[in-house]
Amino acid sequence: MAVFFAILMALLLFVVIFQIAKASEYVAVLKGEKSSRAQANKVNAFLMISFLVLGLFGVYFCNEELKDKLLPRAASIQGVAIDHMMNITLVITGIVFLATQITLFTFAFRYRSSEKRKAKYFPENNKLELAWTIIPALAMTVLVGIGLKHWFELTSEAPANAMVVEVTGHQFNWFFRYPGKDGELGKKNYQLIDPGKNNPLGQDWSDPANQDDFVSSVLYLVVNRPVKLIINSQDVVHDVGLPYFRLKMDAVPGIPTTLWFTPTITTAQMARITGDDNFTYKLICDQLCGKGHYSMVANIVVETQAEFDQFVSQQKPQYQFAMASLKPPPADTSSKAAPADTSAKPAAAGSGASGLR
Amino acid sequence: MSHDATLNPQGEAIQLTPAHAHDAHAGNGHEHHHDSFITRYIFSQDHKIIARQFLITGMVWAIIGAFFSVIFRLQLGFPDKTFPWMETIFGHWAKGGRLDPEFYYALTTMHGTVLIFFVLTAGLSGTFSNFLIPLQLGARDMASPFLNMLSYWFFFLASVIMFSSLFLQTGPFQGGWTAYPPLSALRAASQGSDRGMDLWLASMATFVISQLLAGLNYISTILNMRTKGMSMTRMPLTIWAFFFTAILGVLSFPVLFSSFILLIFDRTLGTSFYLSDIFIGGHALPNQGGSPILYQHLFWFLGHPEVYIVMLPGMGIASELLATHARKPIFGYLAMVGSLFAIFVLSFTVWAHHMFVTGMNPFLGAFFVLLTLLIAVPSAVKVFNWITTIWKGNINFVPPMLFAMGFVSLFISGGLTGIWLGNSALDLHLHDTYFVIAHFHLVMGVSAFFGMFAGIYHWFPKMFGRYLNQTLGYIHFWITFTGAYLIFWPMHYEGLAGMPRRYYEFNADSLGIYHQFQGLNEVISVVAIVVFLTQLMFVFNFFYSIFRGRKVTDQNPWKSNTLEWTTPIKVGHGNWPGEIPEVYRWPYDYSKNGVDYTPQTVPLSPEEQEELAHVAHPETIHERQL
Repeated sequence: MAVFFAILMALLLFVVIFQIAKASEYVAVLKGEKSSRAQANKVNAFLMISFLVLGLFGVYFCNEELKDKLLPRAASIQGVAIDHMMNITLVITGIVFLATQITLFTFAFRYRSSEKRKAKYFPENNKLELAWTIIPALAMTVLVGIGLKHWFELTSEAPANAMVVEVTGHQFNWFFRYPGKDGELGKKNYQLIDPGKNNPLGQDWSDPANQDDFVSSVLYLVVNRPVKLIINSQDVVHDVGLPYFRLKMDAVPGIPTTLWFTPTITTAQMARITGDDNFTYKLICDQLCGKGHYSMVANIVVETQAEFDQFVSQQKPQYQFAMASLKPPPADTSSKAAPADTSAKPAAAGSGASGLR
Repeated sequence: MSHDATLNPQGEAIQLTPAHAHDAHAGNGHEHHHDSFITRYIFSQDHKIIARQFLITGMVWAIIGAFFSVIFRLQLGFPDKTFPWMETIFGHWAKGGRLDPEFYYALTTMHGTVLIFFVLTAGLSGTFSNFLIPLQLGARDMASPFLNMLSYWFFFLASVIMFSSLFLQTGPFQGGWTAYPPLSALRAASQGSDRGMDLWLASMATFVISQLLAGLNYISTILNMRTKGMSMTRMPLTIWAFFFTAILGVLSFPVLFSSFILLIFDRTLGTSFYLSDIFIGGHALPNQGGSPILYQHLFWFLGHPEVYIVMLPGMGIASELLATHARKPIFGYLAMVGSLFAIFVLSFTVWAHHMFVTGMNPFLGAFFVLLTLLIAVPSAVKVFNWITTIWKGNINFVPPMLFAMGFVSLFISGGLTGIWLGNSALDLHLHDTYFVIAHFHLVMGVSAFFGMFAGIYHWFPKMFGRYLNQTLGYIHFWITFTGAYLIFWPMHYEGLAGMPRRYYEFNADSLGIYHQFQGLNEVISVVAIVVFLTQLMFVFNFFYSIFRGRKVTDQNPWKSNTLEWTTPIKVGHGNWPGEIPEVYRWPYDYSKNGVDYTPQTVPLSPEEQEELAHVAHPETIHERQL
């Protein structure tokens, strides 16, 4: 019913507008083209300049309303650099934006049609063309320079002391595999994937390096310690989106990608900064991956080395879950053994294979 | 008697013997009984009818595409509300009045596909290239009227296929307009990747054929069929823009076609061009060694030039209209052509800036950053030249002029954020967020639409012999212009906050940080609905005015210099009843020597210096010097 009335109102409004429009057309014919056009020019020139003034006010208002809703300060060294670069870009493009829009609308108002003036015949001026070729070129050179400096830093080799975590995207959740004590991720093969046998990542159990690798559904990171993510996908293209760290990298099936960064603010510290006791860093999927795309979010915990070490010590390698599932009877003891996660406060999902599906 | 001075399809013969043309005119086409309604209005080979066919088909698609956006904006703005009428329309896709996530993705995918390809490519350059190239160059018709007709009917076929995919039980394709595999390649990956994707691919392949037929025709017409005196540098900038657009299409659409062929192979023949190491639906697939990134390279090799296929016609139309309605020559004609050329060349070398986060070699990425930001230079030249064109002009704010100025404003706003996104380091943060949505909707979505609207308002009198209602035109402009900024400006902030695109909803606790934008999303959705209704008003104005609009009584209502206004008010097949006029000057002699306008057909007076004489007709200079 409400919809019906809404449509009826819209139609009525339209009929009224149309009648006015039609009437004004007749009036224009009666008044003569010249005077009606002069009238229209006056009104629209005035609207043009009003649009500029109101628009600029709107830009200011929008900024006032929304600036507090942006992300808290970048939580990684790389993110701080990107924010810095963004500010420089904002200043340069902001100046151009204001200069061109103000000129455009001011000219529109100032040079509205008038009987008294004649338009100036001004077809070309090479000096001007040269000026506005060279100035943007210089500005772009600066931006490219800054951009590439950051780009090469961001995409450089990860430091040797970086911890390694393997991220795997899967419709529609994330797995994080840690190399365990040996510091080495075991081999895997997608044809060995068998969630029913507690092998969601296709780890090759014949590789001894796999025996201590553990899998988590929450990404645990150590503050001020570089982390290198090795990113995979099992099915379609996903994307590891890290808004709080200002970074992003696709997860492509068949082609592992990498991304490294250094988190600088622990979850607890960020909770204080944002004033939100339940604050959690998020990893969100940023590449359309199917119907559950919008729910493909994982939690990230940034903690101190001590907290991290404690977390690691509580983890049970995936190998053990897998072996347990091969022998049916002790299956429930293994699920009991799966440690309840204590260090990750808001991470309800916990860790270990039992929480993966 | 005859309102259509119909010439027979052998227009070329008539062109050679103008006397014959008069005969045909006098004969009122009575001897052409085979020229029935069907051959005249449906399977017509007249470029003007074909242009109108492209325009009206494009408008139908624009309404469908925009309607889809309204539906998914309702979902984004009011995720907790139910709309029972949606179930009436969409059936099982909106059970209980709540949109299904898969259908949400189908709607966004169709919105993108339809608007980019069917509306802003076929609808825009299909309309104006077809309509204006022969008329502004002084040709009877296109180089091949028959291929021209085929190009429309291939487009029509593509439209029918795409439209029918909307009614599939499994729904239309849902993997985004870019159709990245493996999502688009594997039927198990999404419902829409089943039959919906089959039809999507069939439709798009047909569409590519249509574009190639059209493009080759535009190019050969522009190169070969200009009237006497119409040297390349005397062409209006619209034609230059259509020229580069057509070459872009001809060079890049085949690459898209190849990417589709490989995708079809992967889907149906078990090849592994794009597939490797995939475990889906509980099974490990045998495919190994393919690369999903290969598809992205092939796709964006068209995908990026496509942005300029959409933009260049708008740039050409804006250039032409700013000059005409400011009563001033376009500033820096050669720089305008040069910058079009620079954009055209560069647009082939920047495709991978859509792929900075795919794990590409950073060294390669650096080149794409450099080349991408380089495009800002010719774009800046164009903007400054447009602004200088209206400086000290005598601006008539008719609706086409308003839309042309709106085009410039939106192009600036959207273009500047391209400098952000093109810089790979910033793209790491902004990629696939609402910032990108804001950027490309402003710079190529809305502004290309503004170019199209400007063109429709300007050439409607030539197309239909009547005017669009001006008051409705003003309302249309101001609501759309304001609405475009209200919708897309705040989205930049959402993007800066990292809010991801293509999310069905942000209700989950895990996305708590984006709950604060709920109010904003609501506002954006309401504005989007208002803007949509305003477009319906325009559509009404369009069809009403075709039949009942104020009649054009003046052969040259805008006091324009270009050739199309030397044709009769109602143009017949063959365009000029008599001989095709000869051209003596460039099209931008506005306010020269105190004369408001001097059409291209007016010979130079003895003491007059021709603008661009040194490039237009170097041999005449030489003769004069002798």
